Amino acid sequence: MQISGAEILARCLAEENVEFVFGYPGGAVLEIYDAIFKQNKFKHVLVRHEQAAVHAADAYSRSSNKIGVALVTSGPGATNALTGIATAFMDSIPMVVISGQVGTPSIGSDAFQEVDMVGCSRPIVKHNFLVKDVKDLATTIKKAFYIATTGRPGPVVIDVPKDVTQAKAVFEYPKSVAIRSYNPPVKGHPGQIKKAAQLLEQAKRPYIYVGGGAILGNASEEVTELVRMLNVPCTNTLMGLGAYPGSDPLFVGMLGMHGTYEANMAMQYADTIIAIGARFDDRVISNPAQFLSQSKKIVQIDIDPSSIAKRVKVDVPIVGDVKDVLKDLIAILKETNARPSEKALNAWWDQINEWRAPKSLWYPQDDEIIQPQFVMQKLFEVTGGEAIITSDVGQHQMFTAQYYHFNRPRQWINSGGLGTMGFGLPAAMGAQLANPYADVACITGDGSIQMNIQELSTCKQYHTPVKIINLNNGYLGMVRQWQEFFYGTRYSESYVDALPDFVKLAEAYGHVGMQITKPADVEPALREAFAMKERLVFMDFLTNPKANVFPMIQNGKGLNQMDLPPHMQSMQLVPFENNRDYGNLC
Amino acid sequence: MRHILSVLIENEAGALSRVTGLFSARGYNIDSLTVQTTEDPTMSRMTIVTHGSEDVIEQITKQLNKLIEVVKVIDLNEADHIERELMLIKVRATGKDRDEMKRMADIFRGRIIDVTEKTYTIELTGTGEKLSAFINALDQSAILETVRTGASGIGRGERILKL
Repeated sequence: MQISGAEILARCLAEENVEFVFGYPGGAVLEIYDAIFKQNKFKHVLVRHEQAAVHAADAYSRSSNKIGVALVTSGPGATNALTGIATAFMDSIPMVVISGQVGTPSIGSDAFQEVDMVGCSRPIVKHNFLVKDVKDLATTIKKAFYIATTGRPGPVVIDVPKDVTQAKAVFEYPKSVAIRSYNPPVKGHPGQIKKAAQLLEQAKRPYIYVGGGAILGNASEEVTELVRMLNVPCTNTLMGLGAYPGSDPLFVGMLGMHGTYEANMAMQYADTIIAIGARFDDRVISNPAQFLSQSKKIVQIDIDPSSIAKRVKVDVPIVGDVKDVLKDLIAILKETNARPSEKALNAWWDQINEWRAPKSLWYPQDDEIIQPQFVMQKLFEVTGGEAIITSDVGQHQMFTAQYYHFNRPRQWINSGGLGTMGFGLPAAMGAQLANPYADVACITGDGSIQMNIQELSTCKQYHTPVKIINLNNGYLGMVRQWQEFFYGTRYSESYVDALPDFVKLAEAYGHVGMQITKPADVEPALREAFAMKERLVFMDFLTNPKANVFPMIQNGKGLNQMDLPPHMQSMQLVPFENNRDYGNLC
Repeated sequence: MRHILSVLIENEAGALSRVTGLFSARGYNIDSLTVQTTEDPTMSRMTIVTHGSEDVIEQITKQLNKLIEVVKVIDLNEADHIERELMLIKVRATGKDRDEMKRMADIFRGRIIDVTEKTYTIELTGTGEKLSAFINALDQSAILETVRTGASGIGRGERILKL
């Protein structure tokens, strides 16, 4: 029996066990919406802006390890989705975005609401398709899901013209697809893994550096086993937070531009670095020349060969699935009982603990003004470290990364690569739908929240009781901080002098609004909000407008050249001591 | 350094623009690009001439390999290879120049493929250097029109790029 393309599409999504489709209807996709109406296998979530649909699908995926699906109409609907697609692409999130297209006879004629979506999205997708024949639709969808979820994951766009949704064909969904030109690697090269084990054995100052790839590759368990087995210090990137438990003593904090003093110093002076699903991003190592000025051996494990040795020279590249490679590495280490020398490790830990001692994340909290760090610290306590946290982009994002200790993967959801303001609220919706019984908090700022604030309406419609924590300082905080550091405190357009009354705004959308102005009220307010299990609560914290994120590494500087927080600036700090008894240095 | 990359790619709509888009988006150079389907009509073969440091060429190769439609990439520079470019050049050919042009075409093993009272159109194949040498050897004012394909390359001997 022949059925319409739209019905085929809906059937394919059901076959892929899709639970939610985030989208917005329009002329080009009305057939598909009609097909969605007639089925009950998956639910559709109507957002208020297509960008939010993609962010929600993205966070649904990040928080659940399932695939996010978004559906948008042609033209403006499709281009509105681009920011979300680019966000997912930069962070390698598996996702399928279906966009409507004008009918095939109209393609190329500048028809109403026509945009070349395949062309527009090409640089920001793992792959994309234009389906020209209804007979190809089911296979294309199968391929899209396969490509999005295998190898280095990423978003895949399928552009479907309206006449293809109307045309009829027999529905046959392939069980699997093979693409001859696409064979993502899984197993790491055994010889290379052996070399990595040997390097670890010779290391005097080993360091394990874990990125978002470890979370995407579900390798958190293996990372934890490796670190504990070797008793080696571990750091996570912004994207890797949660891959290794943030409260663990072997965890030295996040590294990079706003990483802890000890994490950055250790990265600079380690003699052997095992990079796991991490790519030496410019926000992580800043200046490669400075980073490599202290000689070190580098092992890099990544599924994407193009991420290996992109910015730094790598001694032992291992291409493969991180989980698989780590399993093999752990097996070799167990078999050979190869370990770094205990004497050297003790000396290394002494050095790290001395770097830890000044507490680079300490901040002054008085009774008058709420420090943003204090809110994050209290949030961690009140939620018992169990909440799923989404964030927008800015100072609040960095404060969250620094002060909320993520103890499990898929708990920390933020736009790391693209740095997309407006991500937090729709992401919280998506994460809440994927995890209906979890506490989900969106950490945002007065600038970021206004970029997709219309989604308060979607939250109302679908009863997503997220807790919004607005660190309101009346500024674009990170912009202000940079203007202080690099632009002579000329606050060019970083002051937001027309903020809405966020409490009334939340109430206007049918939610609960609170404003918190005193440090003493922070914890009670958080407790009250998280007790309201069924309601969305918008907490507007009026925080210190001049608080800055420390430590900070300015562009081009080395990891050992941090701008330190005020309390450390007058301290006598412990430098790296090359003559510690690490044994014979390699 | 100049490199010549051979790329086997699925013969699908949009595949070519994915390759060129990759170069422009990542700031790499394409010096020349030739493409046509192979003996297997489902596959095309591209020859891309580019230049850059070893690191840049490594990234280009890795990024090309990452494209879903790319089946295989080799750098022909890694071993002996042969390359050829085709040029069609239209020259003024009147009076005593007529003989001179014919002689020049013969010296460079070109073929005159179109003749009018006033012009010759010469077909010439060879390396880019040879074609440029031919252009330089002519009286510049006699050149009316030039069209070149860019290099096509193939490995010498038993070295084969095939699925």
